Amino acid sequence: MSEKKFITGNEAAVLGAIEGGAEMFFGYPITPATEILEGWINKASEDKNLQYLQAEDEIASGFATIGAILAGKKAFTATAGVGNVLMQDPISMAENERLPFVGIIAQRGGPSTGTVIYSQQEVNLTALGGNGDGLRIVYSASNVAECYELSAKIFSTAWKYNFPTFMLTDGYLGKQKITTALNKPLRPFPARKILKEDSLNPTHIRNCFGSEPEFAKVLQRNISDYKFLIDKVAQSESYKVSGATDIILAHGSVAAAAKSAIDDLRADGVKAGLIRPITLRPLDTKAIRSQIKNAQRVYVIESAFEQFARLLVYIVPELASKMIKVFKPAVGFTPEEIYKIVKDNK
Amino acid sequence: MKTLDEQFGMPACFNVKSKPSLFCPGCGESMILKHLGNVIDSEKIGSKITLAIDIGCTLLSWNYFSFDTIQTHHGRSVPVSVGYKMANGKRIVIALMGDGGAYAIGLQSLLHAAFRNDPILAIVINNTEYSMTGGQMAPTSLPGEITATSPLGKNASIFGPAFHGPELVRQIAAPGAFIARATVSNPTMVETVIARAINNQIENKSFSMVEILSICPTNWKMNAAESFEFLAKLEKVYPVGEIIKNKNIK
Repeated sequence: MSEKKFITGNEAAVLGAIEGGAEMFFGYPITPATEILEGWINKASEDKNLQYLQAEDEIASGFATIGAILAGKKAFTATAGVGNVLMQDPISMAENERLPFVGIIAQRGGPSTGTVIYSQQEVNLTALGGNGDGLRIVYSASNVAECYELSAKIFSTAWKYNFPTFMLTDGYLGKQKITTALNKPLRPFPARKILKEDSLNPTHIRNCFGSEPEFAKVLQRNISDYKFLIDKVAQSESYKVSGATDIILAHGSVAAAAKSAIDDLRADGVKAGLIRPITLRPLDTKAIRSQIKNAQRVYVIESAFEQFARLLVYIVPELASKMIKVFKPAVGFTPEEIYKIVKDNK
Repeated sequence: MKTLDEQFGMPACFNVKSKPSLFCPGCGESMILKHLGNVIDSEKIGSKITLAIDIGCTLLSWNYFSFDTIQTHHGRSVPVSVGYKMANGKRIVIALMGDGGAYAIGLQSLLHAAFRNDPILAIVINNTEYSMTGGQMAPTSLPGEITATSPLGKNASIFGPAFHGPELVRQIAAPGAFIARATVSNPTMVETVIARAINNQIENKSFSMVEILSICPTNWKMNAAESFEFLAKLEKVYPVGEIIKNKNIK
């Protein structure tokens, strides 16, 4: 079932979150994620069941999100850039305590306050941040409709597998307003009380452990739980890859531009295709590996300096030898530009 | 099996399995936890409490009680409690932290919870230093106090004087907030102010904060008598009782 709407990416993300069962939002204004805070507050003014707090900073936003999650509410936050840096503190705790933390990261340029609207430079921080091993699940939305679908989905993924789960967007995506069909997501996975409120059988959640061997067991269990979910969660889209000599690997907004370029390349007789990871962590390794096998050239295109590329090469090492790197940190790509890159390489 | 209460006069809400505790001999925090347990018993609210604890010595209380606990760090027990209370207003939510978490690294959250009048109770244990990390200088260290990071004594002209947390919070807290300071040398007072603070959360749906002056014989490198002598000195610098807003400061 789908419904057409004239809507921005950030508005779609708010609607998607509600569809995914979100009940509470904690946040702090930062471009380009601010409209998610504002959009949620608008919805909350119409629906008493939706709560929010504009907190004093992103650290408090994240920890208050955790407080609400412990009480069994689907709570989330949205942030960007330097806010994402601060957010790593609560996210790291959510990893350690295996809490279904949910966040939307609207990427902006960095380091530091960099630029305010666009980049793909928050891949490293979102996928691998924190002071442990970065056991998180990270989706990357490529268009407005997907902002809606994935925003709903991240709640189910988080509550089902108990790992912090994120949707990456960017300001171009969040602020563009288009008419698009919004597909009704699957029935949301339910929330449950994490602190059980049972004094006969109390729940004690630890964040700091007494010895390395004791903590090692906890970490091993977390890693094995993460390995278990990879096949179930990893997701990618393949576009015209059949028989392709030239394959582009891109995610998010860049993948949307690449898709358009591939239509033009195919029309001009170039056998080009696109693999678009929808989850950046975990990556859909099987699909990527099998589809690049027969390609002559593989382009890794991103609006960052080798962040996405590094994730790919670690998982698919054979990619390193045939990878053509196209990195433009914090700058976007047009379809024409991508068309030219592939055409010139032929 | 006899209860802890029957054996040692310990609160019924203590978790038997976690005793004896890991606190150093003579630690003021174990006294404070006993007083907190006594209040929870006498108010019959053990089934309604959710406790957020911090890093530092308070982390040792992670399984101290027979009610839910969540362990965090750096004064984040406050925003965790704020989120929890928003999600479930029926619970009595307490954030327990030391003076470093409350007044240094986590001060922002404490101030804003008080400013918004979030209906939680923040208990701050003030022993004038960071204990778990080995006794470093804190904002609350007295001028001249020797700590691991002020080996020649705290130089107030560089690091500031003794930090008065409750007085600061009182100035910006909502009128309905209850803010007090007590000391482990006066157990009745500790229990009275905790009871009043909890009641303020239940009845008035308002913010409460109780700072409790405490002793740390291990890091103070003092015996029991010396520890209580130093505590008496702290009580002169940090007045106990309910903290009243200074109306001369607008």
